[in-house]
Amino acid sequence: MSESNHRNQRSIFDAHIVRRASVDALRKLKPTAMMRNPVMFVVEAGSALTTVLFVRDALVHRGNFSFDLQITLWLWFTVLFANFAEAMAEGRGKAQADALRRAKAETTAYRVTRSGLEEVASSALRLGDLVRVEASQMIPGDGEVVEGVASVDESAITGESAPVIREAGGDRSAVTGGTRVLSDFLTVRITSNPGETFLDRMIALVEGAKRQKTPNEIALNILLSGLTIIFLLAVVTLEPFASYAGAPQTVFVLISLLVCLIPTTIGGLLSAIGIAGMDRLVQHNVLATSGRAVEAAGDVNTLLLDKTGTITIGNRQASEFVPAPGITNEQLADAAQLSSLPDETPEGRSVVVLAKTRYGLRGRELAQLHAEFVPFSASTRMSGIDVEGRSIRKGAVDAMSRYLEQCGSSMPVQVRASVEEIARSGGTPLVVVENGRALGVIHLKDVVKGGMRERFTQLRAMGIRTIMITGDNPLTAAAIAREAGVDDFLAEAKPKDKMDLIRREQAEGKLVAMTGDGTNDAPALAQADVGVAMNSGTQAAKEAGNMVDLDSDPTKLIEIVGIGKQLLMTRGALTTFSIANDVAKYFAIIPAMFAGAFPVLNTLNIMRLHSPESAILSAVIFNALIIIGLIPLALRGVGYRALSAAALLQRNLLIYGLGGLIVPFLGIKLVDIVITAIHLA
Amino acid sequence: MTTNGLLQIVVFFAILLVSAKPLGVYIARVFERKRTWLDFALAPMERLLYKATGIDPEKEMRWTEYLAAMLVFSAATFALTYMVERMQHMLPFNPQHLAGVAPALAWNTAVSFTTNTNWQSYSPEGTMSYLTEMLGLASHNFWSAAAGLALAIAFIRGIARREMRTLGNFWADLTRGTLWVLVPLSSVLAIALVSQGVVQNLRSYDTAHLVETQSQTGADGKIATVTTQSIAQGPVASQEAIKMLGTNGGGFFNANSAHPFENPTPLTNLLQMLAIFLIPAALTVTLGQMTGSPKHGWAVFATMSMLWLAGTLLCYHAESQANPLMHGVAQQLTSMQSGGNMEGKEVRFGIANSALFATVTTDASCGAVNAMHDSFTPLGGLVPLVNILLGEVIFGGVGAGMYGMLIFVILAVFIAGLMVGRTPEYFGKKIEAYDVQMAMLYLLIFPLVILGFSAVSVLAPGFGLSSLANHGPHGLSEILYAYTSATGNNGSAFAGLNANTPWYNTSLGIAMFAGRFLMLIPMLAVAGNLAAKKRVPPTAGTFPVTTPLFTVLLTGVIVIVGALTFFPVLALGPVLEHLLLHAGRSF
Repeated sequence: MSESNHRNQRSIFDAHIVRRASVDALRKLKPTAMMRNPVMFVVEAGSALTTVLFVRDALVHRGNFSFDLQITLWLWFTVLFANFAEAMAEGRGKAQADALRRAKAETTAYRVTRSGLEEVASSALRLGDLVRVEASQMIPGDGEVVEGVASVDESAITGESAPVIREAGGDRSAVTGGTRVLSDFLTVRITSNPGETFLDRMIALVEGAKRQKTPNEIALNILLSGLTIIFLLAVVTLEPFASYAGAPQTVFVLISLLVCLIPTTIGGLLSAIGIAGMDRLVQHNVLATSGRAVEAAGDVNTLLLDKTGTITIGNRQASEFVPAPGITNEQLADAAQLSSLPDETPEGRSVVVLAKTRYGLRGRELAQLHAEFVPFSASTRMSGIDVEGRSIRKGAVDAMSRYLEQCGSSMPVQVRASVEEIARSGGTPLVVVENGRALGVIHLKDVVKGGMRERFTQLRAMGIRTIMITGDNPLTAAAIAREAGVDDFLAEAKPKDKMDLIRREQAEGKLVAMTGDGTNDAPALAQADVGVAMNSGTQAAKEAGNMVDLDSDPTKLIEIVGIGKQLLMTRGALTTFSIANDVAKYFAIIPAMFAGAFPVLNTLNIMRLHSPESAILSAVIFNALIIIGLIPLALRGVGYRALSAAALLQRNLLIYGLGGLIVPFLGIKLVDIVITAIHLA
Repeated sequence: MTTNGLLQIVVFFAILLVSAKPLGVYIARVFERKRTWLDFALAPMERLLYKATGIDPEKEMRWTEYLAAMLVFSAATFALTYMVERMQHMLPFNPQHLAGVAPALAWNTAVSFTTNTNWQSYSPEGTMSYLTEMLGLASHNFWSAAAGLALAIAFIRGIARREMRTLGNFWADLTRGTLWVLVPLSSVLAIALVSQGVVQNLRSYDTAHLVETQSQTGADGKIATVTTQSIAQGPVASQEAIKMLGTNGGGFFNANSAHPFENPTPLTNLLQMLAIFLIPAALTVTLGQMTGSPKHGWAVFATMSMLWLAGTLLCYHAESQANPLMHGVAQQLTSMQSGGNMEGKEVRFGIANSALFATVTTDASCGAVNAMHDSFTPLGGLVPLVNILLGEVIFGGVGAGMYGMLIFVILAVFIAGLMVGRTPEYFGKKIEAYDVQMAMLYLLIFPLVILGFSAVSVLAPGFGLSSLANHGPHGLSEILYAYTSATGNNGSAFAGLNANTPWYNTSLGIAMFAGRFLMLIPMLAVAGNLAAKKRVPPTAGTFPVTTPLFTVLLTGVIVIVGALTFFPVLALGPVLEHLLLHAGRSF
């Protein structure tokens, strides 16, 4: 975790990234590259036009040299700043990718052939090849373990230093290229061709090289292009109206107006926002196969969460001792503790812990007790201990009833009642018997992870329904669901039930997110709109989902939804801000254009800008600088809180809508004061 | 502004508010083919019409079919009007023996009425026979309004339906809109108007002998003595009612609703203003009903109301001001005079009701006038112009206002919808690239036509500027207003511009055509696309379209999009004129 935390703390303006981005910003001026972004392409075309006109005018000593030069330069800066924003986002992705690429260093692989092992370069491996990886060797490519059990260090991709077990068959058979076998050996069937490995895809995605515009981004681009055309129309037709009024305008002024009006702020930052969203996901150690999946995460209506490991901590824990009549709590705790001392299962240990914390019973050394441990067996279905004449057994109620009958006694009614009550509350009762006498019941229960209830409440506020998936019976499931605060549950769930549930939700038009790791999760992962596969899971699961969580943390789903929402909110906020900005720019530029011919129009100069030149220049400079100013916001995303849509809308409209109206008035005035003070206009 | 004037504005709005709900619910029932209390009389008539025309009202149409049906219908009725105009001298009900209408004017008028614009390049009394008025023009008042109503209903169905490819049957919607909505309402209104003195006859024009003869200098320079006055008659009330209810606005007389036979009393004035807003306001309720979210309907109603109120108050305020150029003339309000700017206004309506009428008629794409907009103060005249420039969505034309507003809703939802952290959706339907593309196309056509033609006109001294009666910023306003009115299918004239020239007749005709039919295509495409989408059930995470905040947002989007597009030209037109007027110059 420390590694990933470290990644999160990387500063926005990292010197190395800034240097690289500055160069890239220039490189991106290539018109063919700019065409991808219609808004900024218009700015570039305008800049090119003013440059040509400036050179022409300068040669014949016409025009306003200083003003025209400054306008031309700032128009170019506008384009460069937008390019810089994109390059910054890509740079951060590249930094991420470089870290990943280090893990992808060329290694030597030992290919299994009929004649034995053959030494080949890892890049020569093809789909279906078998390789053998010994301890301390690097796994040469993505694959599936077909033979062996080994501990593997996957810290290169997950940042998690604790080794994980990988073994043939089952749900822990997938291995990733670039990870290292620590002990034992594995035979791995390679599942991807060179350049197509999981790591390759990840690198391409975070670098933004293979980035495709997401559906929402395309739609937003159309909106921005449409607005650009409308403003182009307004500016192009303004020249005839101005001539008619007897106040013809220069091309410099008209292009300045156009560039200020078209949504350059969002147009310049749009792709940076998208790349940064992807990057944030990677910082959370989640890899998405497409930007589309990140957008879908923001839209999720239903979260399917596995109970075990996600909502509850992996195992049941002893929470209470319920003694039989005539037995004290201490007696029961003592017997329960003794019987559990040799029991290394989490349940067994939790009994010892409870006895200690609740009744102060210290752990005793088994060796000193000369005790004989009776392990759990499938035939007796109980475990226990024989020590100093005491024969203690514990087990499920039906097994213990049979045991008591064998001992010639029976289960007391009160104990039976306690058992039923515990079962009804969703717990698991374990009956403790000593020397043929039932002492009472241990209440084992699922422990809901801390903070889950709050998170579900937050999700609910955001309009997301959580459904708990569990193999438990409905009674137990209901009790845990109630305790955890999930909205619904699916009990006694089989893979097919999960699939049906997803289909049912989707038929209602909802978007479903889920996590999974097993091969039997694969169809459901593929069906879900957001399927997050655990990195520890099988290759099939990883292939089926559209995201992989390198930390294999199922609760990550909640963060993923937040990242998706944050991405969309950032886009919306900056679009609103950008459009609202235009109001102030009009009040700066229109009076400046016509106050010469009609001094009365200075009434509209409500900012009291110094001169027509300073007003236009200030608007253009503000328009360029705001792009730089908003890069951190675009890269970090707008502040995200789990609120209802109505509350979010109100908050964001106030900040970015109203703020977008007011800020440029202040900003343009400030720039005007500065450039007037230093005699630039 | 006077308390009395403000009170009248309040009364107007209160009546509108009260009548919107019952009518809106009724309209929803009509188009959802539910039972209504008029079925007993109208259902047999409807069946008869279907039987006679061979129309299957149950046959559902895709958006392209719906569009095609609408265009076929418009073309056919256009042709009918053109023929009637051209041949009126051979047809009955022509007591004044008026000649057939000239081809260019007949074409212009037919386009004008087919598009619900009712721009009139002619003086009706001396041009149109009673048959032309009734069969050629009043019929279009019904048809173009019914077609607009049908289109709005089709759009609402697009929102309300899910995973369907169709939007209803145009012919059935047209028929039901006419029979159940327009005919009953205009019948009632016509009778009310007659009761107040609006004429309704087929007589030839009356001749009145002047008490005081007048001398007039003719075009040839000779002085003629005038002893009689011809007083036009006609089936006015029946046409007046649908002129208002259908937001058509084409006057029976040249003076339109300023004429005492069209609009004789303050009461008829109130009824006429209410009639303009009645159906468009009710449609917001219909929207709420058919989408299952009455609150959404009211949120849209509130948006429209806010924009209407702002315009009304600004116009009223501007017209109440004294003219700064008339130094030394008492222009203040007294018990003997209304004060303010009374030029071009009827004394029986006064400033409040003229300003309100001007705002209402341009908010809705009606275009009827009871005062001369050209004579308004620059700011007072800015209001009607801006109302139309905002896209005729402040209540708007019958149907057209609703679907225009819904395009803005989609835009608002798209821009701000992202801010709740979901891809934008409207009633659980994702707004995607195609929808945005079509909505932007819809929004683009409007300024393209207005600014494009206006720019060409001001560049051309030969055919553009030569029609101007005024120069300077006022001249720009006149040209801008003409194209705005035509493209917005409003039809009101700022006057001062001689539009009866080949250039203006042609270009204004194209503008009217584009403003109606070109904009329909992307609009229906959005509707068709929305209808086919899945509908995600609303949750706490859904963008709320029912709250006051939404109303503010929608208002903001309309104002900002409109203002950003037209601010430069408005600054050089009415705004500059206003500032210059106060600096002592007029045009």
